[in-house]
Amino acid sequence: MWDVEIRGMASAHAIVASSIFLATVIPAVFLENFSVYGSHMVWLYSVAGSVAVVNIAVFWLLGISPPTKKNTLSFKINRLFRSCLYFLLSCLFYHTVVVLYGAPLLETALDTFSLAVLLSTFTTLRCLCILGPNIQAWIRVFSRDGALSVWDTSLQITTGCSLVGAWLGAFPIPLDWDRPWQVWPVSCTLGATAGFLTGLLVAPVWIHWHRKLLTYKLK
Amino acid sequence: MFIMRLSSSVFALLCLMCEVLCIALFLRGFFPVPVKSSVSSKSKVSDLPPEPLTGSGTNASESPGPVFRRVVILLVDALREDFVFGSDGLRFMPYTRQVVERGSSHSFIAKARAPTVTMPRIKALTTGSIPGFIDVVMNLNSPALLEDNLIWQAKNAGKRIIFYGDDTWVRLFPKHFMEQDGTTSFFVSDYTEVDNNVTRHLDDTLKRDDWDILILHYLGLDHIGHISGPHSSLIGPKLTEMDDIVKKIHAALISKESEGTLPNLLVLCGDHGMTETGSHGGSSDPEINTPLVLISPAFRRKGGFEVPGVLEQVDLAPTLALGQGLPISKNSVGRLIPAVFEDLSLRDRLRFLQLNGHQLSCLLEDNNPSFHKEDGYELFRVAEKSHGSWMKLYMDGNTSEVLGNMGKKVLKQYLEALKAMSSALSKQLGKYDMYSMIMGMILVLILLLLAMPEALSREAAVDIPLAASLFSLPFYLLCLLGSALHVLICTSAGGLCYLCSLPWVLVFTLIILSSALMCALVTMAARRMPTSTKTPTKGSGWTLSELDVVLLVGTVGHTLSLSSSSFIEEEHQTWFFLLNTLCLAVFQDVCRKYFREQEEGGEEESFSSFSPAVELGMSAGSEKWLALATPLLTLTCCRLLRSLNHTGVQWAHLPDFGHWLNSADHKMFLSLLAALSLALIFLLIQRHCSLVSKIALSLGLLGVYSYRAAVGNVLFPWQHSSRAVSKLEVERWDGEFLTGERREESAMTRPRRADAAFSGSQRRLNLLFAEASAEVTEKNYRCLEGVSFCQSGGTVEARFVYVFVLGILFTGVKDLLRAQLTSSGGDGGRLKSRGLWEVYSGVVLLVALLFRAHNLPTLACCLLIQTVMAQFIWKRLHYDAAQTTIMHYWFGQAFFYFQGNSNNIGTVDISVGFVGLESYVEAPAVILTALSTYAGPLLWAFHLLCYLTSQRHRAVMGLGHGSYCFALLRSIPAVFYVVLVTGLRYHLFIWSVFSPKLLYEAMHTLITTAVCLCFTFMDQDRSGRL
Repeated sequence: MWDVEIRGMASAHAIVASSIFLATVIPAVFLENFSVYGSHMVWLYSVAGSVAVVNIAVFWLLGISPPTKKNTLSFKINRLFRSCLYFLLSCLFYHTVVVLYGAPLLETALDTFSLAVLLSTFTTLRCLCILGPNIQAWIRVFSRDGALSVWDTSLQITTGCSLVGAWLGAFPIPLDWDRPWQVWPVSCTLGATAGFLTGLLVAPVWIHWHRKLLTYKLK
Repeated sequence: MFIMRLSSSVFALLCLMCEVLCIALFLRGFFPVPVKSSVSSKSKVSDLPPEPLTGSGTNASESPGPVFRRVVILLVDALREDFVFGSDGLRFMPYTRQVVERGSSHSFIAKARAPTVTMPRIKALTTGSIPGFIDVVMNLNSPALLEDNLIWQAKNAGKRIIFYGDDTWVRLFPKHFMEQDGTTSFFVSDYTEVDNNVTRHLDDTLKRDDWDILILHYLGLDHIGHISGPHSSLIGPKLTEMDDIVKKIHAALISKESEGTLPNLLVLCGDHGMTETGSHGGSSDPEINTPLVLISPAFRRKGGFEVPGVLEQVDLAPTLALGQGLPISKNSVGRLIPAVFEDLSLRDRLRFLQLNGHQLSCLLEDNNPSFHKEDGYELFRVAEKSHGSWMKLYMDGNTSEVLGNMGKKVLKQYLEALKAMSSALSKQLGKYDMYSMIMGMILVLILLLLAMPEALSREAAVDIPLAASLFSLPFYLLCLLGSALHVLICTSAGGLCYLCSLPWVLVFTLIILSSALMCALVTMAARRMPTSTKTPTKGSGWTLSELDVVLLVGTVGHTLSLSSSSFIEEEHQTWFFLLNTLCLAVFQDVCRKYFREQEEGGEEESFSSFSPAVELGMSAGSEKWLALATPLLTLTCCRLLRSLNHTGVQWAHLPDFGHWLNSADHKMFLSLLAALSLALIFLLIQRHCSLVSKIALSLGLLGVYSYRAAVGNVLFPWQHSSRAVSKLEVERWDGEFLTGERREESAMTRPRRADAAFSGSQRRLNLLFAEASAEVTEKNYRCLEGVSFCQSGGTVEARFVYVFVLGILFTGVKDLLRAQLTSSGGDGGRLKSRGLWEVYSGVVLLVALLFRAHNLPTLACCLLIQTVMAQFIWKRLHYDAAQTTIMHYWFGQAFFYFQGNSNNIGTVDISVGFVGLESYVEAPAVILTALSTYAGPLLWAFHLLCYLTSQRHRAVMGLGHGSYCFALLRSIPAVFYVVLVTGLRYHLFIWSVFSPKLLYEAMHTLITTAVCLCFTFMDQDRSGRL
């Protein structure tokens, strides 16, 4: 049972990771002057969009989301609406945090917000897909020893990796190398993406490695 | 066995003190004291020694006449030796090559000394001395060259000097030139205009007859080097252009030549070379080898290309001085180039050599206490004697062969003496004092290792096995080894390092001490070994919380970041970033605590052991929200403070809030903000004070405001009419203030712009060195002028505040002493924390007085954050002393940069040294400046002291742990940095970036030692009472 779950997760992660690569490669074929640095915003939104779509599709197909008790249409719409709201709120939250970290308040607000969107896609959207718009569940997963399933652990790992990646991505900015990837959000978005990819890769391996130690309490 | 038991705080203090000593030793080795004549006056013609003549001492000391009529110095920036003498010269500088090979010229390779940067090189060329880094730092407050130099001598002798080129000269020699046109080297991408601006004057000047010395400094070649390196296609045309200029000047000089007058001299030289990538600053061969071509009809024609001889760059200064009939400048270590004078009569040549030798021997006498033992000095005395007897023969009219041979012998003696003296002098500086450096470093490292976690144990005490180490064999072996090493190094290096010049007893004590230390270290390590092997099972259960991870990673990461020059320049970014992360981690901790608790309350499941704070007030819901809001408030404060002062290099030019506040239009706003901040400071500080100090504090803060109003920074609501006249004047000076500041800002901006023009940053060194520092200095000068004027308005108010500061400090100290005497439990403790708090508020009041008006919000925010963090975070979340200490240290560092400091010497605000003083008095000025510069770290350290003292009922050993952590936190970066600087001592930015930071680190360590002294003092009665 364990192996099946881990294998499923690994393939899901592989699909998400490949979607990032496709989102980088395909626009380069269709669009002129497309480059990761040059037209950074296009790249950013193409990655964010593809990751979002693939995530939603994969998790909807796999049916990871917790089974809902009520299955009425109004409840579903309510859930959808709340999910969108949470996503937006998380974008705003990340934006605030980034500004607190020292991003200019007004000048590059759009760039900063795009970074926030990307981060939300990597973290909040997956939470929404896996846990649903349920704050209590989120708090449970992200507190110590709170993971109840393989998916919770993978969520912890990918989220942590994305955030740490973005955090590390800020370090090259003060260096005076004058490279195109040192411009404001680029290094952070690249860092976040790299962190996310690392998380996707590491999560199945790590869980596989520690499967003896991981004892999930079944609720 | 005798074991010395020290409490953690005492141990930390001892370690820090040793460290300060070591760093002082290191600095002494790193910044060699430049060779300077003890007399600060300049050489005069009347001081020249008489021509030696055995027999009669009455020979008049006639000054030697000039050899050259006019001198043209053509200085081409970054002219590498192979640009003239190599294949490039053959291709692009045909005329010069032809003159070098067949014309009447002398050519040499002149070796420049590091730092190979324009300004120090110009100094070397004109003074003949070798400026060390300490010169550059110490000369921050005087852009003009005050040392004895060639230009001053020439001007003093009535020579008319014309200068065109790099405006560094204009700043170094203000009012020295009859005619000048300085070009700035800011726009690095421009390599044509900058030279055309020099050349456009040339035709006109060369036609005229009203000058004696013409100096041309061409920058274009250097700019090309920075843009595209020494092999670019731009180099060729530029060299050809320079060649044309040589041709033009040479032709003009020849056409002016006429019978009966002295010959003219054209000097073509470079100030430094460039590396294969086009940068410079270090000491690699292509950087230090520059060509020196002297062209004059006085010289013999050459038969063909000869390999140019090698000499020092500083040799040009005495040669030119003597060639012009001027006295050699006092601090020159150069020796004259004999080839230049080889066609003169033997008598003149001997005379010149004697003058040069006399000047060098005077310098040697001033700098070397054992100058009598120097070979060169003795040789010179001998040579002078035989010179005397030669003169006697000469005066007697002897013209035989014997005279000529004897003269040649004297000449040879002189040359040998000069060589020996010159090398003795330049050995004294130039070289880094490696022995002292390594010694100091090893001592620091040993101490750091000694300070291993012993001290963080429960009893907070360190056992030092003294007896065991003092009577062991390794101790004696180490002593022997150390002495042997010392003898070996001191005899082989020629006895030039600092330790070798110390008396033997002192050195031996040092060696004994360090070997005892080493043995103690080994013993301690051996004692720890079995315990560490026994407890792995316990160790695995030890987990780190997220906060611990952040703290550890941050400390290590910051230390590592010091190895990059950009990170040093932008260190404030590192700290702000880490502080933010810390606040978020704390926020997460708070969230976990309160939300976990809530969940537990709701579900009543497991995890009861997880939250240790069940007994605490869960009922108070408001408290929870306050605790949750605290990190957010801190974050917001930090973000706001961050935009108050922009420092560093890359973003310093962006308009910040501080400038906005300081502009004259927003004075009203600044006044309001200052008043609000002062009110907030009062509210936050007065809680723990006694009534008397409360009143004193409020009056003192009012005094601060009126002082600022008197100085003219802020407005009094009722002041408008009464002091209109004086205010006008004050405002004028305030305007000067601001222009000075703005100038600093623009000085900071321009290098950045230049950087953007070509993607390298090498230029930064040059620019920061020559330009920014000079401009910042100018700002500081203006500030000084302004302040010394303004003080006349503010002295009374400032002294009024000083009285209250002293009063509050006195009350606090009195309370502390009383607490010491009445050792009765709780009451004594309360009295003690109140006394401490009063001392703290006194310091705050002083800092409020010293801070500029726009920085008062920084102080207010600092106090606000301290209060809320102590109230809702540190107490409630049960952080232990170590964690609290690290957080305090981080906050202190961040506030150091919030208040506008940076790792550049230029940002030190020396005007605070004048607050409340009518004229410059050294001791208070230095103390006040240090206090205001390090206000952030100091306030946080004091707050830590107050906090830990008030929490002693909870964590008894808190003070000891805190003090130890503080020492450790300071030592790690300091030692790492010292090692790093040793490794990077040939780095391009060693002078501009790393060295100032080294000074900052040293100062910070000193301040931390002072803080640790307070900790130890407060911790002492605990150990006494136990």
